[in-house]
Amino acid sequence: MSENSIEKLPTYLEIPAIKKDSMAGNGPFKASAEVQSELGFPGEKVENWQQLAIDKMAETKSKYRSVQVFLDACVKCGACTDKCHYYLGTADPKNMPVARQDLFRSVYRRHFTFAGKYFPKLVGAKELDEAMLDDWYNYFHQCSQCRRCAVFCPYGIDTAEISMAAREVMNVIGVGQKYPNQILGKINKIGNNLGMPEPALRDTLEDLEEEIKEETGVTVKLPLDIKDSEVLMVTPSADFFAEPHIDGLIGYAKVFHQSGVSWTLSSYASEAANFGMFIGNYDVMKQGAIRIRKAALDLNVKRVIVGECGHAWRVAYSFWNTLTGLGSGGNDEYSLKLQQQLDSNYPQPQHIIEFTYDLIQQDKLLFDKSKNDHRVVTFHDSCNVARGSNMGDIENGQFILPREVIKAACNNFADMPKGTIKASTFCCGGGGGLLTDDLIELRIKGAKPRMHALKQTEERNGVNTLAAICAICKSQFSKVLPNYEFDPYMIVSVHQLVSDAIILSDDSENSNNQAL
Amino acid sequence: MSLTSIFFTFFFYISVLIFITGVSYKIVQYWQTPAPLKIPIAPAPLNRSGVLLRIAREVFLFQSLFKASKWTWIFGWSFHLALVLLFFRHLVYFWPGEIPTILLKTEPLKYAAYPLIFGLLGLLGRRLFVDRVRYISAPSDYLMLLLLIVIGGSGMLMTFAQNHPNMLLVKNFAEGLITFNWSELPSELLFLAHIFLVFLLIAIFPISKLLHAPGIFFSPTLNQVDNARKKRHISRWARNKESHKKIDLEQNLDEDK
Repeated sequence: MSENSIEKLPTYLEIPAIKKDSMAGNGPFKASAEVQSELGFPGEKVENWQQLAIDKMAETKSKYRSVQVFLDACVKCGACTDKCHYYLGTADPKNMPVARQDLFRSVYRRHFTFAGKYFPKLVGAKELDEAMLDDWYNYFHQCSQCRRCAVFCPYGIDTAEISMAAREVMNVIGVGQKYPNQILGKINKIGNNLGMPEPALRDTLEDLEEEIKEETGVTVKLPLDIKDSEVLMVTPSADFFAEPHIDGLIGYAKVFHQSGVSWTLSSYASEAANFGMFIGNYDVMKQGAIRIRKAALDLNVKRVIVGECGHAWRVAYSFWNTLTGLGSGGNDEYSLKLQQQLDSNYPQPQHIIEFTYDLIQQDKLLFDKSKNDHRVVTFHDSCNVARGSNMGDIENGQFILPREVIKAACNNFADMPKGTIKASTFCCGGGGGLLTDDLIELRIKGAKPRMHALKQTEERNGVNTLAAICAICKSQFSKVLPNYEFDPYMIVSVHQLVSDAIILSDDSENSNNQAL
Repeated sequence: MSLTSIFFTFFFYISVLIFITGVSYKIVQYWQTPAPLKIPIAPAPLNRSGVLLRIAREVFLFQSLFKASKWTWIFGWSFHLALVLLFFRHLVYFWPGEIPTILLKTEPLKYAAYPLIFGLLGLLGRRLFVDRVRYISAPSDYLMLLLLIVIGGSGMLMTFAQNHPNMLLVKNFAEGLITFNWSELPSELLFLAHIFLVFLLIAIFPISKLLHAPGIFFSPTLNQVDNARKKRHISRWARNKESHKKIDLEQNLDEDK
């Protein structure tokens, strides 16, 4: 399928009959030796790669209970087989979650189980040969680690865990994916995925301040590296340059402006995204998180707030406390230092949606909702937020809070069909390190279930705006919406909706506001 | 004792030994393998009691499977429920000494054999006729179902087709296994086939996908409390790394100021 051909949408989403090898291929571009070595991985496939891979599998399953249990527990019941958007979009059977896991599991069985060692054919155990490695590389890069399969698995088997483990094993033998690994190199050197240095970032933020001033007549600041601010704001770097992301950033700035809470961005940690998760590497993920902690300590802030980014929020909410002690409840030296500094009246870290929601609850934000009356909005639950995090510390808060924020700023809101939202949300098709042009065919096909749900809501409710809180979702939708006869500009940040409707008070009023 | 009786007596103990050592080994392995990151899957409970309820709903009601596929749920759930009922039905044979009244009233449970076979045939049908499930099935997946079908079928033939071996002999044999007071077992082929396959099932438990039974309790996506922000969760190996390099923290504070 070419990039421009348009998918036809049936009235209901059909579960396709399997079409073997329909997505066979070489997978995405491989990382160069230089990129690999920056992350401490071998530059090219090592000579004794098979043995090394098996050893790494042994290590991984001994360090991750998820991997060990998930490899054993699957009964091949088939519950997950029609749950992956990539299977629904491509019909390649190796995109069924269980079949994807089986690429890894069959090797596990061959090398680590009694039945697989002595009766390999009987239990489908296989050797890790060239062909298997090619399948690993191809199909573990057709998984966006969205975890929809895990919601439906009777044992909670999470294919993302297996795909992370497989990518880690591949990296260790020198077979890495270019897109995430190159980006990880940039963040480690410069502080963000774009490789955007401090002066460029400062320029961008100043331009934005001017833009807001021109548009609204109000001076709204986007502060950078201001020590002793109340809040350190960490946001995906796409918010600094990409459309529609940037309008979301303007939205955060306006919310902070209204709240009267002092805030700052950091040039050292100018990236919330953490692709270390995608490649399943604890240490790389930790490096990214440590940068943010360092910025929090250096800038002496009281709170850390994360911008609209799906996997970043999962990493922040679920992993930061583990990786860096940024959170509460740690009694080790490692955590204590941070806990002394951070304000324990707030959860650490917080999501910008939580921050805005709290202000709305306290009637501290005023909206002219009619500004959004040309819109009928629906909300795309980004997979990592929906299935790997929480907001507001209430059950299902991650579904409730963003919708409440949208409803506070818009009069017209309609959800997509049940079964395609909230815990069962369909991935945008570009998450998990797949947001690269060399995977465009996969991305278009993988978006099909989400596009289908959107089409239904368009027909029923006249929805013309798709709001999301994930940088990857926004980029992916901008790219693939036209392939499904949608307007690529219908995708917006939730904080763009906030930005368009929020009533700004002028500077003098603002200074009277009490800090939260 | 006849050779057959000796063989089956040995086979029983060997199976049980393999079962106990194998399953204990796996449980210890799961227990000792750390879960370094919080990965509960939505809808994730925010406290311990929520987690217990969630596990209970999964174990007793197969909640996620219900969401996933109604057919698989009907077949899978009726099979498992029937299996539990039939287990209780069989306790009476093994109970040493005076039998509690409740076990004497379990006769109607024999009808659980019908949903058992219904469920198993349904699962087999899905495996054969749904292309996606056929694709993911290995020979062992079919064999496991066949094994259970033959166990259930042979049991039904004995129970409902008047082929039942002498109850007292069965009872003496089964009770003898528990009390180490071994005795002859009935020689009907149907019966021998039935218990042979059951012992086999027990023996292959720890080396097969039957490990889903202990596995479900250790699944981090299901058994973790969603409270990562409030309580630091850290694995042994990650903690060790930290104490090795306190520099992590110092680096933070000193470098590039």
